[in-house]
Amino acid sequence: MKVSLSWLKDYVPVETGAEELADALTMAGLEVETISDRYAYLDTVLVGRIVKISPHPNADKLRLCEVDAGDRTVSVVCGAPNVAENMFAPLALPGTVFPDGTVLEKSVIRGQTSEGMLCSEAELCLGSDQSGLMSLDPALPAGAGLADALGLQDKVFELGLTPNRPDCLSIIGIAREVAAIQNTGIKYPESGISDAGDEISGRASVTIDAPDHCPRYAARLVENIKIGPSPFWLQEKLMSVGLRPISNIVDITNFVMMEMGQPLHAFDFDRLAGHRIVVRTAAEGETFTTLDDKERALSSHMLMICDGERSVAVGGVMGGLNSEIEDNTTNVLIESAYFSPVSIRKTSKKLGLSTDASYRFERGVDPGGTVKALNRAAQLMVEIGGGRLVDGLIDEHPKKITSPSISLDIRDANRVLGTALDQDEAEALLKSIEFEVEKTDADNLLITPPSFRVDVSRPADLMEEIARLSGYNGIPTTFPAMPAEARKSTAALELRNRVKGLMTGFGFTEAVNYSFMNKDACDRLRLGEDDPGRRMLDIMNPLTEEQTVMRTSLIPGLLETAYRNIARQVRELKLFEIGKVFITEPREDLPKEPEMFVALRTGARSGISWHSKEASCDFYDIKGLAEGLIRALNISNLKFTRMPDEKCFYLRPGHTARILAGSDETEIGVVGEVHPEVVHSFDLKQKAFVFELSMESLAPLIPEVKQSEPIPRYPSVSRDITVIVNKDIEAGRLLENVGNIGEKLMEDVRLFDVYEGDPVPAGSKSISFRITYRSPDRTLEDEEVTGIHRNITDILVKEFDAGLPA
Amino acid sequence: MGKTIDQIKAEALKAVETASDPEGIKELSIRYLGRKGAVTQFLRNISDLPAKERPEAGKKANETKKILDSAFKEALERIQKPAGADDRIDVSLPGRSVQVGHLHPITRIAGEICGIFTDMGFDIVEGPEVELDYYNFESLNFPPDHPARDMQDTFFISDKVVLRTHTSPIQVRVMEKTDPPVRVIAPGKVYRCDSDLTHTPMFHQVEGLLVDENVSFGDLKGTLTAFVHQMFDEQTSLRFRPSFFPFTEPSAEVDILCVMCRGKGCRVCSQTGWLEVLGSGMVHPAVLENVGYDTTRYTGFAFGMGVERIAMLKYGIDDIRKFFENDFRFLKQF
Repeated sequence: MKVSLSWLKDYVPVETGAEELADALTMAGLEVETISDRYAYLDTVLVGRIVKISPHPNADKLRLCEVDAGDRTVSVVCGAPNVAENMFAPLALPGTVFPDGTVLEKSVIRGQTSEGMLCSEAELCLGSDQSGLMSLDPALPAGAGLADALGLQDKVFELGLTPNRPDCLSIIGIAREVAAIQNTGIKYPESGISDAGDEISGRASVTIDAPDHCPRYAARLVENIKIGPSPFWLQEKLMSVGLRPISNIVDITNFVMMEMGQPLHAFDFDRLAGHRIVVRTAAEGETFTTLDDKERALSSHMLMICDGERSVAVGGVMGGLNSEIEDNTTNVLIESAYFSPVSIRKTSKKLGLSTDASYRFERGVDPGGTVKALNRAAQLMVEIGGGRLVDGLIDEHPKKITSPSISLDIRDANRVLGTALDQDEAEALLKSIEFEVEKTDADNLLITPPSFRVDVSRPADLMEEIARLSGYNGIPTTFPAMPAEARKSTAALELRNRVKGLMTGFGFTEAVNYSFMNKDACDRLRLGEDDPGRRMLDIMNPLTEEQTVMRTSLIPGLLETAYRNIARQVRELKLFEIGKVFITEPREDLPKEPEMFVALRTGARSGISWHSKEASCDFYDIKGLAEGLIRALNISNLKFTRMPDEKCFYLRPGHTARILAGSDETEIGVVGEVHPEVVHSFDLKQKAFVFELSMESLAPLIPEVKQSEPIPRYPSVSRDITVIVNKDIEAGRLLENVGNIGEKLMEDVRLFDVYEGDPVPAGSKSISFRITYRSPDRTLEDEEVTGIHRNITDILVKEFDAGLPA
Repeated sequence: MGKTIDQIKAEALKAVETASDPEGIKELSIRYLGRKGAVTQFLRNISDLPAKERPEAGKKANETKKILDSAFKEALERIQKPAGADDRIDVSLPGRSVQVGHLHPITRIAGEICGIFTDMGFDIVEGPEVELDYYNFESLNFPPDHPARDMQDTFFISDKVVLRTHTSPIQVRVMEKTDPPVRVIAPGKVYRCDSDLTHTPMFHQVEGLLVDENVSFGDLKGTLTAFVHQMFDEQTSLRFRPSFFPFTEPSAEVDILCVMCRGKGCRVCSQTGWLEVLGSGMVHPAVLENVGYDTTRYTGFAFGMGVERIAMLKYGIDDIRKFFENDFRFLKQF
């Protein structure tokens, strides 16, 4: 909302500077977002003295003027009839932005250069005269700034009002607050119109068929009005708050709305069939053309203002083209109503049409101010439009809206606020904003807020008024009583933080991607028809095509992140993300929100260095990460098994493993290379490897406390074993087999070599392990270990049809 | 009976002189002093000597053991001392790289915020990101069709399901399940359909709630002052400004003295000297009534802040979108 200080001063004296007042309003809860200088556009407009006039060689109606601008003389082409030598007039220099938005540039007019423009009052919005140059007092110094020379100064506040304060959506509303802050009085405008007489009832009528939507509708009739431009003072007021003057009648309704906060509507009375107003809801499917010349489809909950035959306005939102004020209008019916905020909001939302009127009605106008505003407008129409007021007032008021009486115990207020105010102080503060206050006993006050304070209905609201008027910053700062108890976090958060700590230790960097994804992501991930990842949650009002659904996987976000980084020449990436994915549930309102972990690695394993050759990372890098992370969480019985090709989806068949862990071999995730088609559809141009875990299935596998084991007291003995097996046999099976032998003295088995090629026969490979043996209670003898080792070798040979190296 | 102890000694000392590498010394040490070494064998075989020679031989053997032991040690030291330039390495060459990864700045700041409040005595709670209208709005005293809903541009899933616009619904979920006192903070992702230099459609909030007997607005001021002083520093003053949130009454915006210009006025604070960082207030009685709390007995305060906003101020980041582009060159700075 815009407020000009000059207009504000019509109702309340302003005792401080603009900055100070703005600060006081902000600290009272009415945030002043910006302060602007209303006449800033005059910064490049000077007092000019016309020194010499000569005819324009190429145009009869134009003159060439030499204008004294103080420190220099400026050549200007001018067509004004009243231009004269030694005349003083406003000189706008190139760069001036006029109030209508046009920018003045140095120009050539019919072959003659014009270095500025001599202006009329109207062009500078300093008056309405547009017949010729604005004549200035010759006593003014040539070259002086025009605003300074004329003493023009005004500041305009832009207020960011919260939705609870519709009472401040007017100059008087702000004036009331200023009066309370300064403890000065306020001067309300008087219309001087009497409610006496009843001529109107024979001329017009109002019927309310929808009292829930329209609790009050008042009207007056002004006849024999002459439509024309408003007087300058009225235009100037509207312009000062950013409204464009149109014609006297429309300007008056806008003026009263800005002054008092009550939106009004003026109908051309002669275009109202039957000279009557019927307030009813629309017929479903009805259409209506609003003032902006748009045809609108109506629905049955919308409130319409109708005449005897048809709709003439969307109540509280916008008038209709069929009854608008035109140049030949002579009789005007003025509407001032109180519409239900909810009704107006629904209509405005549904039509996608928000106006100054609907904005005020949906927040709540003053139900007690309906007639005051009507009278004010009627008075101005008589004064300005030269009309005659038809005696009497129509005031249909089927539903009375009364202010609540609220009982406030001052002890409660002090308890909630942490203050020590007494009853008198509270009373004075509330009275300063026109609340009625009655002391009922030593501690209690009975308070009735004024009708315009529609936001105040319970004691907490009164406490806020008391606190904001006495100043939040004066309330003593205290600290709540806190018990000395251990604090709790959530298990999920603790695990998340633990994983994040480990991952950064492993050299991986955390990414945070949007929880949205493009709907086509599932196809790009090659997800199966029944994959839960296809159960996407649609957003009704997405911002972009890329963000139409909630993500069902972290993979697309990380692949896109990889793409962006690679495009910026960061090609070696070790990234991870932990976050929720969203899977819809049949017959449930809310989706499932499982928390997932994904690590992604792409590019070189180690950058170029003198230690080793640059090499691309591969499956075993990401698998090693998975092993490292899961073991660091003390999860036991970790196993990787080949993922069946048809279940790999976004991962490359043959290069993907399921991750199983825990005593019942729960599947906790997958690790593998991203499918080449997926790499291609995300435009990556280099291999990528991912490791995905379900945080929820991980959690129960982590032992709360790991029991310590004794440190071995006796030395271990290591023996190597090499077997030659068919090359299709997975090493993991051999390892598992060795483990399953159940030899108690075997402490560790480590695979250290896999080899194909001469001298190993074609179709075979050699696999070497080092087995470590140890006894907890003695030093092992060579012979014993040799026996066990030979036994293990025999089992492998038999089980895998293995050979031994020559 | 083999060599005399003196012979062994002489032989060993001669060998030590010619040894040129640590392995050689180690071998000599094993050959003479090891379990099967010459001196050890000699000692073991002393029992074979005539009884009167045994003490002398034993004494000599032990002396020899000591002498050889120190001779080997000396030799080792001598060998290990740099003999010449050939043994030197170029210590200026880069080492084998060990690199840590980086936590996302949002994780860091959210962790810092949560840490300050858990130290004060708040528990951490979390909740769903896709939320019922009831929890996101209605139970928080945002009536249907109220303009207050325009304060938060909402992503809708259906008429009754939204992406949570704040983490406040967690407050209600916690209060429904717990009797007072309640002292919780709720960190998490929130969503609003808005995108520009200072808004992203997803961002992070930390909200706090304290409900107990005798909780006052003064307590709210004290708690947030302590928080700001820890998060920034003791010189960062605060001002509380009346505002409006449907779920608090009285409501306050909290401004802190601009951390960039210290109140002088700069681009970051739009020349005001103040930065708006927190929304807060006393929990609206209607919210407490909605969860069945006795409002004559309990009062409470709530507050909330944007994690990105704090991170931007702390790290001097000028564009909120940087947090979600995940440009490694940005992430590696944290």
